[in-house]
Amino acid sequence: MILQLFVQGIQMLLVVALAPLLVGIVRRVKARLTRHRGAPLIQPYRDILRLMRKEVVLAENASWLFRVTPYMVFAGTWVAAALVPTFSTGLQFSWTADLIAIVALLGSARFFLALAGMDVGTSFGGIGSSREMMIATLAEPAMLLTVFSLALVAGSTQLSHVSAYLASPEVGLRVTLGMGLIALVIVALAENARIPVDNPSTHLELTMVHEAMVLEYSGRHLAMIELASALKLLLYVSLIGCIFFPWGIAQPGDGLARHGLALLLYVAKLAVAGTLLALFETSIAKMRVFRVPNFIGTALMLALLGALLLFVTRSV
Amino acid sequence: MSAVDLCLLTAGLLLGLGPLALLGQGRGRSSAVVYSASGLLCAVLALSGLAGLGGLGIGTSRVLPLGLPWMGAHFAFDALTAFFLVVLGFGGGIISLYAIGYGRHEHAPMRVLPFYPAFLGAMALVLLAADAFSFLLSWEVMSLLSWALVLTHHQEEDARKAGYVYLVMAGFGTMSLLLAFGLLAGPDGAYQFDAMRGTAHPPLMAVAILGLMLLGAGSKAGLAPLHVWLPLAHPAAPSHVSALMSGVMTKVALYGFIRVVFDLLGPVAWWASPVVILLGAGTAVLGILLAMMERDLKRALAYSTIENIGVIFAALGLAMAFRANGMTAAAALAFTAALFHIFNHMAFKSLLFMGAGSVLNATGLRDLDGLGGLIHRMPVTSFLVLVGAMAISALPPLNGFASEWLIFQAVLLSPDAPQAAVQMIIPAAGGLLALAAALAAACFVRIYGVGFLGRPHSEAAANAQEVDRVSLTAMALLAATCLLAGIFPGTVIDAMAPVVDAMLSGRLPVQADETWFTIIPIAESRSSYSGMLVFVFVALSASAAAWAVHRFASDRLRRAPAWDCGFPDASPLTQYSAGGFAQPIRRVYGTDLLGARETVTMPPPGDTGPARHELLVGDPSWNGIYLRLALAVTYVTTRMNRLQFLTIRRYLTLVFMSLIVLLVGLMLWR
Amino acid sequence: MPGIAFDTAHLLSGGLLLVSFMMIYQDRMFSLLRIFALHAVVLSLSVAWQAYIQGAPHLYVTAAIALIFKAIIIPSALRRIVVQLGIHREVETVVGIGVTMLAGIGLSALSIVLMLDVTQGADPYAREDLAFALSVVLLGLLMMVTRRNAVSQIVGFMSLENGMILAAAGAKGMPLVVEISVAFSVMVAFIVIGVFLFRIRERFDSVDVSVMDQHRGDQR
Repeated sequence: MILQLFVQGIQMLLVVALAPLLVGIVRRVKARLTRHRGAPLIQPYRDILRLMRKEVVLAENASWLFRVTPYMVFAGTWVAAALVPTFSTGLQFSWTADLIAIVALLGSARFFLALAGMDVGTSFGGIGSSREMMIATLAEPAMLLTVFSLALVAGSTQLSHVSAYLASPEVGLRVTLGMGLIALVIVALAENARIPVDNPSTHLELTMVHEAMVLEYSGRHLAMIELASALKLLLYVSLIGCIFFPWGIAQPGDGLARHGLALLLYVAKLAVAGTLLALFETSIAKMRVFRVPNFIGTALMLALLGALLLFVTRSV
Repeated sequence: MSAVDLCLLTAGLLLGLGPLALLGQGRGRSSAVVYSASGLLCAVLALSGLAGLGGLGIGTSRVLPLGLPWMGAHFAFDALTAFFLVVLGFGGGIISLYAIGYGRHEHAPMRVLPFYPAFLGAMALVLLAADAFSFLLSWEVMSLLSWALVLTHHQEEDARKAGYVYLVMAGFGTMSLLLAFGLLAGPDGAYQFDAMRGTAHPPLMAVAILGLMLLGAGSKAGLAPLHVWLPLAHPAAPSHVSALMSGVMTKVALYGFIRVVFDLLGPVAWWASPVVILLGAGTAVLGILLAMMERDLKRALAYSTIENIGVIFAALGLAMAFRANGMTAAAALAFTAALFHIFNHMAFKSLLFMGAGSVLNATGLRDLDGLGGLIHRMPVTSFLVLVGAMAISALPPLNGFASEWLIFQAVLLSPDAPQAAVQMIIPAAGGLLALAAALAAACFVRIYGVGFLGRPHSEAAANAQEVDRVSLTAMALLAATCLLAGIFPGTVIDAMAPVVDAMLSGRLPVQADETWFTIIPIAESRSSYSGMLVFVFVALSASAAAWAVHRFASDRLRRAPAWDCGFPDASPLTQYSAGGFAQPIRRVYGTDLLGARETVTMPPPGDTGPARHELLVGDPSWNGIYLRLALAVTYVTTRMNRLQFLTIRRYLTLVFMSLIVLLVGLMLWR
Repeated sequence: MPGIAFDTAHLLSGGLLLVSFMMIYQDRMFSLLRIFALHAVVLSLSVAWQAYIQGAPHLYVTAAIALIFKAIIIPSALRRIVVQLGIHREVETVVGIGVTMLAGIGLSALSIVLMLDVTQGADPYAREDLAFALSVVLLGLLMMVTRRNAVSQIVGFMSLENGMILAAAGAKGMPLVVEISVAFSVMVAFIVIGVFLFRIRERFDSVDVSVMDQHRGDQR
């Protein structure tokens, strides 16, 4: 009980602390792959701190919603990220929200962000919001269907149970799981505004989505939003990690040393995931906006197919 | 006085209040008096319903010497009635409160006042009726009164068309119900509900009754493809009546469906349930896509009602599928989810229609592209509408998410069903429901973003004034309901348990014992959700973050012109419009599903004339089914028109031939 | 069948289905050919695994044929055709990709329900294998009817044939698997050559002077 509360507290701080690092890793590896030297790993931390200290320049027409949104987005994402097992499944509050609720929490964050994009009344904000919501209408069902097929395998939508079950040896190689992994990766790319769906490193292109939506933000508001998107990336990496690569995650009964080892392993997993993401992003081009539906549609289909194929395995 | 008598008396008073309102014609405050009285009477209904859910007065009944002479009119008060009385009384009461403020702006109050309380009374009678005759009579009175309300603004062409389509569809619906009750009663003519429960129905007959109920109750509730009247009729009425029709009357229609299918009919064959599930899920997606395409604020809300009705039907279909396989716990989960969503939809849809009414009062506009910037001019209304929009988009920790979460949990139980078709169709339907939920979020970002945020698109929106306190109070009450039901879902689930128990002889585990108001529908290892904790966590971390940033980093702020990548345009027309916002989704889903087509005509180079963009998008069922049906009817009637111009001898021949045909038929039959 | 053997077989045949879906999704000609080569590789792995666990050496022949002929020779031949004849590099589809994918999912569901129902009581792996194989066959057919271009129709046909070989390899003791695969391969080769020749002739025809007349600028 005490340990679980402790683990929960560590986890809450850990996700905030590590999120910019993950972004730093991705940027660094991407720079190296394109023969740049790249910024140091801690650059995202510096950026966020600098933005926090700066004055906010608020558009004249911005309402209270615009000012509240960064904190709401950050809080929603943070709570969701704190409930995804990173290094231990023994989280004190893991029963607060299952996987469906975590998806919906991220949905709330997106809802506010899209509204904030519309609030100032500029054309860039509108284009971002409208496309973000279009992408979400594909990504969210795909995510939920993936959750569905996972829940059919593990018999639960509670993440700690799913993770513990998938770490147990009774789960063999399953096509469903493979399809779920691909679907989840596609959803993660779309949700985190990564290439090929969106480009996180520029907003001066007409095809940008996320960056166009947050164009009017500055100062501490922008810092909160940047931190929230870093947290979201970390959340998806942890999610994929704890479902498909649950090796080494500490269980509720384990001792302190075991937890420490799991923590190190988790950081290693983050590094691997960041490297893979950078590798993928440098080897692929960004898609036209109206090719994106086909791409995310694939995730939707795979998730549905995974759920269907499960019945083959279940009934033989 | 027993519960049923109290409710009957209240319903009678509501019915009588209508004609009384005519007496007050010409006096200044008559509308306030009528609406307050309706509100109070609704509160009585809601309280007796609540008491009924607590077990008080359940099972009381009353026979009045009205209606058919050999039968009388039967009325009864049971758990299902009690639940829907809460929905009716609570919704109707708050809408009446809103109407006290809103009704002042009505320029023809005498076209609303006589019908409004009577409409409420007729709905209460539908819920109380315990025989086919009084049920159908009250149903028809309810339809006709609401029709009269739709025609309030009868000078407008749209309202007249809406009234016409509504009348036709209502007639069709009642006819289907009549046939369904005829089949239910069986050859012995058991028209009382008690007798119907005892009658055994052969499987095919049961499916036929289910089909007729889907037509009859489904057309009233707005199930696709019988929904076409709804987006015409609901918005045509004054806004508080729209709220009543969308928020409450559709629920009375669902009551009819639940009463017959879950109470009177007995088990239906399992293969009928996937049809209901797919119909529901399909309705949900179609409804919300059409809402996405709509520029008119109230019509978009009406289309979103169709979506929610689809979600509820899908949940009811799930309950049917589980019940047919004897999975009581799963059926109870799905049924609870349906009831929960019924209550929730009453709350947030009424709230949103009231918000639309306030906007209409303040600006005179329903077109989203004329609004904008209302968050500055009408801050309280905007905030309350935001709560409603979040609730209807199924965002935690509000109530819409709690019921959707329960539905998804029910979907997850499908593998336990033995039939492969059920196993495969339910996940697919779950995907459709997830799609509908995501589209709903997009739809309400669009409505709120274009209508309430940004810069005003018109003079009227720029000069809007906040509405009166009474209306705001009514809306605030519903917004609070949305929040409370979302934070304490366990309490609502426990309150609904007697209804579930009465319909399915099973219920969900008691939720009140769980810590932190968590809901655990099956077992903790399967899934749990605590709306309260999510709310507390999000609120805490948001305020902690805001405090920490302001305290330790910076709290300086400067207002400046919008950045917009360096090219801010002064004209508010450069903002995204409702149509522009919908364009990506229209291209992704609308091209195939709605037949959306756009054409762009550019002027030749050098010509300074404007480019034209034309968009064709419509309801596929309108062109695909209704127009064809109308064409067929026209064709047949033109042919039959010839019969009007015959000689007397030919008419006699016609009558004679019919007689012979009938006699031959009789001979062959014997 | 022990756990790991079953799991691997399941994964491979499921993978084949997945690659079939990838082919339906793909709308570029060269990528389509690459994915088809992948399809053949997965098939040959699957067949080789069957040969290993069933102890049936003749299946190795089938696997080898699939690998050499279908994963290497035919894709590169088709590639040459596309390049030399300048065929449009985007696959023209009859209906949208989303709709096709949905139809594909429906077909898979159908074949799963059907096969599990028909083969009750058979060996678990064979049941599953047949369900996957039928899905692959139906997806191949779907691809043939939804593509306008001859090359992608050939690819559809060959993926259909891969599905048949999967079914034959999975059902233990089925005779003539090798012969069937050889026969099919020969047939495909004929089709490919036929298309090649047909296209050549078409091009030859267009060198006709009367056709060239149409392009004369001074024509009235």
